[in-house]
Amino acid sequence: MIDPVIASRLQFAVTTIVHIIFPVMSMGLAPFLIYFTWKEIRTGAQVYEQLRTFWTKIFAISFVVGTVTGIVLEFEFGTNFAAFATAAGELFGGPLALEGMMAFMLEATFLGIFVFGRDRVTDRLYMLSSVLVGLGTWLSAVWILVANSWMQTPRGYEVATESGQPIISLVDPIAAYANPRFPWMYVHMQNAAVLSVALFLTGVAAYFVWTNRDTEFWRTTMKVGLAVLLVTAPFQAIHGDAYGRHVADTQPQKFAAMEAQYETDSGVGLKLVAIPTSLSDITDPHADDLFVIEIPFVASLLASGNDPSATITGLSDIDAESPPVAIVFWAFRAMVGLGTWFILLAFWGGYRWYQGTLFDDDLLAKAFMGSSVLGIFTVELGWIVTEVGRQPWVIQGVMKTHAGVSSSLTGSEALATLVGFVGVYTALLVLYWYVVIRLIRTEAPTRQPTPKRETNIPEGVVPSDD
Amino acid sequence: MTDVSIMATPALANGPLFGLPLEELWFGLVFAVFGTFLFLDGFDFGVGALFATRTTDGEREQLLASIGPFWDGNEVWLVVFGGMLFAVFPSVYATLFSRHYLLMFAILGALIIRGLAPEMYEQRHDEDWQRWWGRAFVVGSIASPFFLGVFVGNWLFGVEGVASIASLLAGLAVIALTIVDGAAFLGLKTRGDVRLETRSLGHLAQVVYLLLAVATLVVGSRSSPHVALFSVPTLGLLGLTVLLAGVHVVAGWAGRYYLAFAAVAGQVYGLVALAATLLFPLIDPATGLTVADAIVSPLSLNIMTIGSSILLPLIATYFIVLYSSFSGPVEEGESYV
Repeated sequence: MIDPVIASRLQFAVTTIVHIIFPVMSMGLAPFLIYFTWKEIRTGAQVYEQLRTFWTKIFAISFVVGTVTGIVLEFEFGTNFAAFATAAGELFGGPLALEGMMAFMLEATFLGIFVFGRDRVTDRLYMLSSVLVGLGTWLSAVWILVANSWMQTPRGYEVATESGQPIISLVDPIAAYANPRFPWMYVHMQNAAVLSVALFLTGVAAYFVWTNRDTEFWRTTMKVGLAVLLVTAPFQAIHGDAYGRHVADTQPQKFAAMEAQYETDSGVGLKLVAIPTSLSDITDPHADDLFVIEIPFVASLLASGNDPSATITGLSDIDAESPPVAIVFWAFRAMVGLGTWFILLAFWGGYRWYQGTLFDDDLLAKAFMGSSVLGIFTVELGWIVTEVGRQPWVIQGVMKTHAGVSSSLTGSEALATLVGFVGVYTALLVLYWYVVIRLIRTEAPTRQPTPKRETNIPEGVVPSDD
Repeated sequence: MTDVSIMATPALANGPLFGLPLEELWFGLVFAVFGTFLFLDGFDFGVGALFATRTTDGEREQLLASIGPFWDGNEVWLVVFGGMLFAVFPSVYATLFSRHYLLMFAILGALIIRGLAPEMYEQRHDEDWQRWWGRAFVVGSIASPFFLGVFVGNWLFGVEGVASIASLLAGLAVIALTIVDGAAFLGLKTRGDVRLETRSLGHLAQVVYLLLAVATLVVGSRSSPHVALFSVPTLGLLGLTVLLAGVHVVAGWAGRYYLAFAAVAGQVYGLVALAATLLFPLIDPATGLTVADAIVSPLSLNIMTIGSSILLPLIATYFIVLYSSFSGPVEEGESYV
């Protein structure tokens, strides 16, 4: 029978990987919805009413699936990680309780008004509801990341042992909860969510542009999405660079795993592209053996902030178990690679927009379509770097993941729920995307496709049928 | 070990805030939050179960529309309950949830189906699709309170295995109670035949609930010595429940639907209060853990107390705004999304 520790870890991985899609959608959509609502109320323009109505439907389904998958995560700390919950409940339970009260309640109640109440409440209360729903989604991330950042870089606590079990008690709430890791994670995550949704919006809009069924609705969607992409994509890279420096300082073994740096070295280059030349390079990458295209000294520069010859401590010299290097190394490469692509895509789109040919470049439209869900995929990669890079610890330096698993759990119970979740969550994902795609196909304002444009006829000359 | 030593205000770390009996207050608050969840999401479950008795499209849409704006907020009370239990009684949260491992996932599975089904139901308007999602909605709405009831029964009676007769009876009692709750809610949200027919079903469920509640207690008290059947609080709360059941039925006949709904709320809180008084001073009979053993240290407890004192009144305001925005019966043509 399967080891309950392995089964619990896999189950938590599956349930978080699926769950995070929905908060990304709702947190990312929130600012767009506030903007559409505001424009609708201020200008009375039909296109903004359509935009608000349509994207609210996507928001609502994301929120529902996010709720039901989120309750699962909260309960899993008790069911599968009872030893962790007992030991760390005093520090970890508080933020979860506050998240429920401060954020989730705000979001869930005003969502009722936001989704169902357009004709029932005043413009003012309706506008306020959109802001409070958005605020709720963003506050939710505050508390979840307060809890998570404490697990990455724990402070403000004391460990005692009660009847053979470690009990972690809170001694300094400000040190514990105002954790230096928190602002890094929060900015990186929230910007990633907005960036992911901007990619989704432009990708879907590009589909209607490409099939010549674009209306003012889709053109506005594409412009708004692209404008946001132009800000968020470069910002994510600049911010991520500084975040990396913080990780190098506070979790050296995670940083070394991200770079597959086994030997301590100075003046280390940043491996821009790493090409595996053998199977073992994929499963067991070592910086020194890989065929890489690197920028000399940049990894050292990254880690230190100003010194190109700075020393990076290798995994071999860190007196602790290493995280699974291959997963962290490749997930990090893929994340950075995709992030770079998003910047190029934003600039490409921005240039076409500047030229006035944003809706005429088929290749650009295809690039946007292909990238529509890549933002969400990149968020997953980022979380894999963060969470796998912290292993073998569940609380860095304090408690190992295997020690956090419920002692009463049997292999067969854990396997049963793991198999159940793989089945149910696969079905859930299929249903979610089915509904989203169906909404896009049937509910969004489109027009009959017109014959392909031969040349760029100036707008206004083409008879519009929308 | 801490790098930074910004000292927490010593006053917060030394003892309970203002010398309040925080252990008892938090024990009561955790159950009050669970009661609020059971009352509010309870009518969502009840409406879901009663959905099975509606055959026309229009009536089914009415039922879905009646809970549409509310259910998500209602269900968050379960999240808050879980969070509070985790924050304030972490060892109870951990041992209780891990001991009833499969049951917890049965609850979660049922809640997933119940939450998803109405969303899916509205996505397409062909017959097969709606028939299957309608069924899923009914199954999820009956299974959720059942498993929740079994969980509370296992907790209260200190059941070690999967379930006992008493906890299964508790599951059935909670199903009946949510149907009472759902029917009383529909009294406020519908008109005409739907209102009258569900009212009769609600009254029937009320009788069934009383019988099951008494049966649960009688069976449970035989195996669990801490469940004192003939004590003042037990008999008092049972008497109150019978009285409120009478008020519910009579108010329903008189067309006083708000009063009927309030009488149901009283019964739900009465049930939860009964469970809490039967437990106290224990909090987990299966392990013999008491409230005083399980509570977190004063610093964390004080922080949670301050946070909750600010946030719970705010939450009450959100719910008042939400429910008053959608007061009165569902309008013609209003649907779920």
